[in-house]
This record gives sequence, C-alpha cells and structure tokens, in this order.
Amino acid sequence: MALPIYATPGQRIWHYTYLAFCVFVLFFLVAPLVAVIPLSFTATPFLNFTPEMLALDPDAFSVRWYKSLFGMCDDVDDSASTMCHNKWMVGAGRSLYYAVISTVLATGLGTLAALGLSSEHMPAKRAIMALMISPLIVPLIITAAGMAFFFARVNLSNTDAGIILAHTILGLPFVVITVTSTLVGFDRGLMRAAANLGGAPAYNFWKIQMPLIAPGMISGALFAFITSFDEIVIILFIGGPDQHTLPRQMWSGIRQEISPTILSAATILVLFSIVLLTTLELLRRRSERLRGMTPQ
Amino acid sequence: MASNPPITDQGPLLTADGTPLKVSLQRSLRQNRNRAMLLVLPPLLFLVLLFVIPIGDMLLRSVDDKLVNEVLPRTFDAFEEWDKQSEPPEELFAALFEDLKAAEKVERGKVSVRMNYAKPGWRSLVKKTSRRLKRMDGPPYKEQFIKIDERWADQEFWLSLGIMKDRYTAGYYWNAVDRTYDFDKNVILQDENRRVYNLLWWRTILVSFIVTIACLLLAYPVSYLLATLPMRISNLLMICVLMPFWTSLLVRIVAWMIMLQQNGVVNDTLVWAGLLGEENRLAMMYNFNGTIIVMTQILLPFMILPIFSVMKTIPPSYMKAAQNLGATPTMAFIRVYMPQTIPGVGAGCILVFIVAIGYYITPELVGGKDGRLIGNMVAHHMQRSLNWGLAAAMGTILLIMILLLYWIYDKIVGIDNMKMG
Repeated sequence: MALPIYATPGQRIWHYTYLAFCVFVLFFLVAPLVAVIPLSFTATPFLNFTPEMLALDPDAFSVRWYKSLFGMCDDVDDSASTMCHNKWMVGAGRSLYYAVISTVLATGLGTLAALGLSSEHMPAKRAIMALMISPLIVPLIITAAGMAFFFARVNLSNTDAGIILAHTILGLPFVVITVTSTLVGFDRGLMRAAANLGGAPAYNFWKIQMPLIAPGMISGALFAFITSFDEIVIILFIGGPDQHTLPRQMWSGIRQEISPTILSAATILVLFSIVLLTTLELLRRRSERLRGMTPQ
Repeated sequence: MASNPPITDQGPLLTADGTPLKVSLQRSLRQNRNRAMLLVLPPLLFLVLLFVIPIGDMLLRSVDDKLVNEVLPRTFDAFEEWDKQSEPPEELFAALFEDLKAAEKVERGKVSVRMNYAKPGWRSLVKKTSRRLKRMDGPPYKEQFIKIDERWADQEFWLSLGIMKDRYTAGYYWNAVDRTYDFDKNVILQDENRRVYNLLWWRTILVSFIVTIACLLLAYPVSYLLATLPMRISNLLMICVLMPFWTSLLVRIVAWMIMLQQNGVVNDTLVWAGLLGEENRLAMMYNFNGTIIVMTQILLPFMILPIFSVMKTIPPSYMKAAQNLGATPTMAFIRVYMPQTIPGVGAGCILVFIVAIGYYITPELVGGKDGRLIGNMVAHHMQRSLNWGLAAAMGTILLIMILLLYWIYDKIVGIDNMKMG
C-alpha cells in the first residue's frame, strides 16, 4: 500500500485522504468502546466527562461505581441514585449459569450434527444444513415471539429450563458452522486407519477425531457462550423475574435508572471480549498448524 | 487376437465372506448413511421441536379465529339466520345471553378483546353486560340489553359479527398493512388516524437500506486497506473490526449513548472545537439518526468480514497487469479489481440487510419515537397491547421477507461458505 516514489501530487493527496478515511472508519468502530473505559472511573453520578476529568484531576476519578457493581455500597453516599442490592452480581451469576449449560448442550448437539452432515452419504444435506443455520438468520424477535407462545403452552416460560433450551437453539448454528469447517480439513483416512487397527468407533472418535476437531468445537462453543451470555430478547419474552440475567440488568439500567455502574460493567465486558478474541485467534492458529498450514 | 481366452461368465464378483461385491458395497453404504442420519437425528429433532414447531405455531396463530366461534356458537347461528337488514331480532339477543352465561369469566374477557379488534367498543359492552347477567329476568332479552347499554340497539355491533364468523381469518395480515374488513368482509383502508403500519414497514426497509449502503461505503475502503497491507499490520487493525463484534450489544449501545447524547463526547468535542454553538448542540440520540448511526456501527463488521475475505483472494498482480497494459490506476481498479469483489459485496449486503430488518433492541433503546421499526411493533403487540394475532401476522410477514433474502444469499454465496470471525 506504500505510495510509489513517482506518485503525482494528486495521487499523494488522494492516497492520504484515503488513509484518513480508513482511520476514521476504524475510529468509528472502536472509539465508543474506548470512551467507556475512562468514564467508568468518574466520581460523579452522571454519564458525561466533567471538565475536572478532562484536566486529569485525581479527585474527579474514583472506583465507586466498581464498588457498587460488586455490591460494596457502604461508602457510596445516598444522594447518588445507586442501587445497593447486588443485582449486578446476581445477574452475572445467572448469565454464567445459563451460558455454561446451554454452551455444553449446543456444543454436543452441534458436533453431532456437523459429524453427520460432513459424511458424504448423508441425504438432504443442504436442506438440513440450511435448517440448522436458520436460528442465526431468523430475527431474534420472531424466534422469541414464537417461543413465547409455545413455551407458555408447555409450561416452560418463566423457567430456567426454558431459557437454557432457547439459548441452546441460538448457539447450535455457530457450533455446526465451525465444526463443519474444521471437518473439511480432517483426513478421513485417519479414522479408517484407526478402525483397521481394531479401535471401536467410540474409542476412535475420542482418541483420534475429537482432539483434531477440538479447535473448531471450542471456537463454536465460544460463539455459543457469548451469544447466550449477551442474549436479551429471549430473556425479555420468556423469562420471568427469576430469570434476571446480566443483560436484563443492563437493559433495565439503560431504560430506568441509568448510573455509571453500567459503565463499569461495560468496561469489564469490553475487557472480557478482548480475552475471548485473543483465545479465538490462538485457536485459529493452532487449528491451522494442526492442518499443516503455516499460521498467518 | 484369437489366442485370448473367451470371457466366461464367472458370476458376480464376491467378497471374502462370499456375498456379491455389489450387495456388500450397498450394505456398507447404507450403514454409513444410517450412521450419518443417526448422528444428525438428535440435533435435528431438538431444533424441530423447539424452533420449527414454535414458529409454525406462531404462523397458525396469525390466522386463528376459533376462540370467538367456540365461546359464542349460538350467537353466530342466530347471526346467520338474521337478514342483516332489519333490526337485530330477539333471537340474537337470547343467543348471546345464553352464550355469555355459559362462558367462563376468563373466556368472556378474551372474546371481548378479540371482538374489540373488529369494532372498538365491544369490550366495554360485553364487560358491562356480563356483570348484570345474573340480575336479568327471563326472555324477552332485547329490551333488557338495551336498558343496560343503548349501544345494543346499534346495528353496527351486530353486523361486525360477520367479520369474526369464520374459524380462520386473514384479518391480522390486513391489519398489519393498515387495512381492515368492513362488515361484509371486504378489505378497506383503516381510518386515517389508525394507519401506522405501512409507515413502519417502509421505515424499516428504508433504515435497513440506508444502513446497508452506509456499511458498504465505510467497509469497502477499509477492507481494501486490510487486504493489501502487510499481514502484521492488518492483523493488528483487524482487532479494531473484531472487538466491537465480540462486545456485548448492550455495552455498545451504552457506549453510543455516551458519545451521542446532548452532553456527549461528540457534541462536547464539536463545541470545544468551535464548530458548534453551545446552544445548538446536535440531537443525535433517541431519533431516526440515532438508529442509523448505532446500527451502522453494530453491523459494520458483518460487511467488512465477507468483503475482506474475498479481497484477500484477489492476486495483486491482476491490477499490475492491467496497469501494464495501459490502464490508469483508477481504471484498473474499477474495471479489473471491483468486479472480482462482487461476491463479497453481495454477501455482505444481504447479510447486513437481513440482520437490520429484524432489529429490535437497538431501535428500542436509541430510536426514540421516529426511530422505531417493525420489530418494535411486534414486541409492543406481544407485551403491551397483547394483540397476539397481529404480532404473529407481522412476524410472519417479516419472516417471509427474510427467508426470501436467505434463499438469495444461499444461491449467491452458499450457506456452507458461511464463516465465523
């Protein structure tokens, strides 16, 4: 992308305008998330930068909103509109609970589906694949509306089981997609060799195939996890007051009692997403190394 | 030639255990197929049971009108006999009395809500009358009904029963596009002041369209940069694209609230730079603009990733060859490079459009009044007005639009080519 030395002034101007535009777009993508971080350390109960903060006055910064996030409300004065119940932590616990269980279910079911769909003998492969991926395409509001009617009829609304099943459905397509694409590079000769050496099919799967497709399974699982952990529409439609997850707490935080506590939660989630992103990148490299490609 | 032995019929080729090879092969193939199907079966059943059936159930609900007919059977029988020209006869009142008396309180409530969609006023009328059913003397009922509420003498209420007499109705679909039935079941336009949905459909399509175009305009140059820079730098920049992708949707919305509100970062910066007076700060939140800006940022990665992955496969030598053959750089880019990126552009556009058209959370939180989309209406009728038939009908129309786009996407890109991250 470097400019050749013989570039005309016009080309130079165009080139730098282009670069500036790209910087602007990348800035547009990241700036809001970066802005959250310093603001979460504000000392005031408002969601804007005060002149003191911009002057880097140490008194303008505090960790009070982190304390309130973790439920330590002793030294937060009463005038601030902070909730001192530990709703955030309870919500995070709930979210984690749903996310872990639905991820395990989605990974198991999704891997089965991917294994079956990658077999060349599978009939109606394309149609089934389209169906498996459809929860990703159908808007959440429609999925949620359909499930709300149906789950009410089978007594699953306002239950943990209902939420977990719904989240499993949402996570399933991710696992199917990632494991299928890992299986494309999987050498089936290995399984034949293992069978030839006398291994039982289940043993061969655990010992030979599974370790090799594990990167795909894990990255699918990560997608499923983050989908469930971040999910709000299903919760709003089929969850009751007992299904109070972190996104739900943020939702009511945004709509009713907006306080900088939400910013501290947001900061932690941004950091969390960076961790996930790094994990995924490492997995991708490992997967490519296992397939004998040079990691990029 | 003649020395070759004649080909004798030795029977079919046999495998070690003595079965013909053909049979053995077929059995093995069948086993493989059965194994594959057995693997797919549990997830498929799971999906059908918890995803396909609920959505099918919703489709049925959008045309279902059985409830009224089941709760008020005598009334509808009497209605059929009435000539619709003369005053409502005594039999009609008697039938309704019997039906209301036989119905449970909850059912009466549900029915009156349904009847209210056909003609506003039914709900209060049924409620008011139901309370006095016990105190009514025997027939004739007509006078007593009219004494409770004189609207009972109004023919229109009785005529509106004609809209509900069938067990299935397309009425909710007509409602979803600002049309309704008159008493003879002809489709007419809604009253002027009740027409909202057509506006919302158009706005939803317009917003999705603007967001798609905005994403394309922003994504194309950046994807090109990412695809042509050395790997080391482009991987670093890729983090900027992927980080928002991986961050919670609600976090991104909160972040935008900080940026765009009246005292937000953007307004503060503009005022500080002297580009804007203190008194005319821009309103970028809780309106149409807010929806557009925030949705564009949220959906931008969906556009960048497919375009980037296509651009990655285009050898840079093509551009060099074109220029070598005498094309100016601009010409080479337009005539040689751009046509090759079309698959990525198509995939990105359809993907962004599909996701945008069903959006609910973002418009709800940042859209204010004029940034609401059809998804918000579905939620409104599900949770607030409880007009489930209408919610289901709107959801179905939306679903059909999306499945159509999904089908096109499958034709152009192929769903097996869908990649993550």
